[in-house]
Amino acid sequence: MKDEILCCFWRCYLQKSKQAYCPRPVNDTPLELVVSDSATDVDSEPERVSPFDLSSFTESDIDLQTECSFGQISSVDRTSETMSVYSGSIDGSSYVLKRTKGNMRMSMPMTLSFCYMALLWLKEPVTLSDLLRFVAEGHIPYINAFQYFPEEIKLYGLDLKIFRVESWPEYEEVHNKMLELAAFLDLPRFPAITDSCFLHPDMLCIKYLMEANLPDELHSWTCRVVKKTGVGETNFLTLDAENESARKANYDILSVAIIIVVLKLLLLLNDQYEWVLSNFAEERNKKNKEGRLWFDFRKWYKVVKTCMDIEQKKLAEERARCLWKCETPLFYSAKQKAATLKKRQMILSLQRQFGALTDSPQVTEKQSPSSFQLTWDEENPDGSCFHGHSLEGFLQEKGNLHRPMNPEYWLCTVKLCNKKVCGHLAHYKEGDFSKSYQFILNLFSFLLRVDVSLIHEEVCLIEHKLFNARLHKKSKKQSKPKEVEIPKAPGNTG
Amino acid sequence: MDGLVEEPALGEEGDSLAPSIHLPLLPRCFYHPVTVGRKKTEFQKTKEACLNYIQDALLQNQWQRAAEFMISYLEILESSTVSKRKTAPEAIWRIGTEILLHHSKSNIEELNYFTERMKNLGVKNYLKVCLEHIFYLLCNGLIDEAYQNLTLAEGWRYGEQTAAQNDELKLIQAYKGLLDYYNWSKKRKAMLELDEENFTDSSEQEMHNFFRQAAVNLKEIIKIPGVWDPFVVCYVDLLEFYGDYDEAREVLTEYAYNSKFPPNPNAHVYLYHFLKRQGESKKSLVSVLKILHKTVPSHELMLEFYTMLTKSKKRKKRRLGLEVIFEVLDFAGWKENVKAWSCLAEQIKQILENSNKHLDWVKEEWNSRKDWWPAFHFSHYLAKRNWQENEKLAYEKALLAGILLGKDCKYYKYVLHQGCKAKKKRFQTLKKFVKKHSSAYLRISACSDSSTHL
Repeated sequence: MKDEILCCFWRCYLQKSKQAYCPRPVNDTPLELVVSDSATDVDSEPERVSPFDLSSFTESDIDLQTECSFGQISSVDRTSETMSVYSGSIDGSSYVLKRTKGNMRMSMPMTLSFCYMALLWLKEPVTLSDLLRFVAEGHIPYINAFQYFPEEIKLYGLDLKIFRVESWPEYEEVHNKMLELAAFLDLPRFPAITDSCFLHPDMLCIKYLMEANLPDELHSWTCRVVKKTGVGETNFLTLDAENESARKANYDILSVAIIIVVLKLLLLLNDQYEWVLSNFAEERNKKNKEGRLWFDFRKWYKVVKTCMDIEQKKLAEERARCLWKCETPLFYSAKQKAATLKKRQMILSLQRQFGALTDSPQVTEKQSPSSFQLTWDEENPDGSCFHGHSLEGFLQEKGNLHRPMNPEYWLCTVKLCNKKVCGHLAHYKEGDFSKSYQFILNLFSFLLRVDVSLIHEEVCLIEHKLFNARLHKKSKKQSKPKEVEIPKAPGNTG
Repeated sequence: MDGLVEEPALGEEGDSLAPSIHLPLLPRCFYHPVTVGRKKTEFQKTKEACLNYIQDALLQNQWQRAAEFMISYLEILESSTVSKRKTAPEAIWRIGTEILLHHSKSNIEELNYFTERMKNLGVKNYLKVCLEHIFYLLCNGLIDEAYQNLTLAEGWRYGEQTAAQNDELKLIQAYKGLLDYYNWSKKRKAMLELDEENFTDSSEQEMHNFFRQAAVNLKEIIKIPGVWDPFVVCYVDLLEFYGDYDEAREVLTEYAYNSKFPPNPNAHVYLYHFLKRQGESKKSLVSVLKILHKTVPSHELMLEFYTMLTKSKKRKKRRLGLEVIFEVLDFAGWKENVKAWSCLAEQIKQILENSNKHLDWVKEEWNSRKDWWPAFHFSHYLAKRNWQENEKLAYEKALLAGILLGKDCKYYKYVLHQGCKAKKKRFQTLKKFVKKHSSAYLRISACSDSSTHL
């Protein structure tokens, strides 16, 4: 299923970048043979029937790549027997050359872009941050992906630039590449993302609310914000390469930003108001033991902070411990081969020696990949799960609608930047914002494994959409910077 | 460049000599500065973090944890950064050795295995690794293995590297010489215990072989300016056994007097002992010890020195003797030394009974000490303690206290009281003696007082 999609994308890419499937490939004019050979090779590939399995689907993607380069190499071998086996890919040198504009070149992060695009097309319940997390946890081969290549393919020389990976893929990079790719391949509009789809903010918000241990009742508020800002529209969400305004597709960051905006609406997060509210909640919870507990920000903060500290420490240690090199080393030339192999052997033996010194077995069972990183047990008598708590503490009834008691709001930034100048719409500097806000940003940044500034940028965008009318009205009156007073709650109108 | 040029008003104020300042506005590309440059790869970042964890674990003696992180840190040897690859072998070697030395599960074989690998890792560190390994073996009493390693290392040659690692090579040769000496002395001891008839030619030959190897290496290392005490001692021992006293003398004098060598009191001690063994004249012995006195006034040989000086007929030497003994007692290590005190007491007694001819010597010496010796040596607390622990010491000190500080000194009074109570005869004589020479105290202290009033 997805293999076909990926295959289509891949062929399209090859055609567009004029590496194959076209009358004259850019790289190797003398070897016209290549074109037909690679085409036939790829066409005649055996059907790969692998069930849709989260942990192995990338393998087929990589194999696809290699099929094509395999085709190229094998054709070279056929044409000139004098060339040694270690010639690497024939177009390896072209990857090292400086990138010309408009020329899309393959790289390891690009393979992930391909994957994500395919997932998006199929509307699978996997967000980009989940995907990258699986890669980092090793469920998807990335660092030493060449381990899984078939025997005949030998990586050599300049191929190293591509296949020797020394960094984890970054969200922004993969995401931008994906958008570029979609435009490059002239893809039509992607399948629509509707309310019932997993990637819709309403659904994703539930997921992140659960993971961040926040009350379920916040969900109704997130839906309201989504409706008000028009972020939930199908046209806005669906990726459409031709339509400039519909080119976002960062659903996870979007949902998280919405949650943060809701928290700001209800709790203000100016390092004072939320603590006052939590004092009330605490007193009330002490008096009324039965019934639903009110959401106490202070308690929530303590629980989540301790949990996060532990997890962050664990993550940092695991990152330090991870092994980057695999058993088969890469080397630049035949001369280096012997030395590199020898070194690898020695390192392996040393690792074994030190491994023998450690008590615990080195190979712990690999946990299967899961969507959730943090889970909160409702049955726990500690009361550390806040899902069921009510928001009564900071709502007041008016008619049959609830309004937040908090009458104020502060904008993260009054004016958005120009994307062309600095690449981003908003910049994040830690010291400018309240500690509660920083904490929540850090929490979600950890959950998504994304840089804090990306989330902050999205929050700014949403705020500007939300208070669009207000901002434009006020700007004529020259309002105070950073403090916009709203007499009415936003949920009431619209 | 979009730079606009402005001229400030200053330039217009009429001073034509001052250059006008041009302030270009920032070009547009500087408006949003962004750090660009070689970004650190995750590999490098995680390896740095790994190193921090290892360092923490080492400092907290968590050897297990250090070993765990070491497994992943070993990959730094394959880093793509050239500079990291160069510095990695030494770091790996040192960290690995630390862990293996202290980990409960590791033993000498593990360390040997590891060191072998380290030797193959980088040619630049080869001799250093060898040397440290040899030290480890020596410290753990594995002399034979150390000897084997030394022989192997001595014969190592690697083109340019041999010249670059010359210092280590010299050290290795020196230690080989030392172990050759050790073997030689073992052989010698064994031969001395056997009867003469059982001497075999081969064992004697072996002994001579060791001697030759040792002599060559030890001589070489002593030539280099430095502190080579154990080597010098061994070498001199070898030379003395074979009767080459001239060579020995030359070596020792070089070692002691060559200004290129760092100042080393032990050198003078060795020279002194050698000359004594050779039966040299008192004059030369005294000259050697004079230098020692200058550098280490509290040396244990100072008493010998003092005895030699006081026996001399020359006035200068005896004056020096007094100085020596006073200086010796300046140091806390000699506070309880009965011999030293009795020497000083003897000397003072002699001077007093000798018609006070040299009382001014005493005055000179006492001048710089009268401020602090009372509290240092003659306090009431010390009086009690000395009397309890060592009566002889108390007696000698009391005598000096009585003379130098007068009858009213606390120390003197206490000890005298105790001694008379215990009905010791000599304390009676002491009392009389001090009374007799009480004027001396006045002379000693009075003269110095008057001198301060000047």
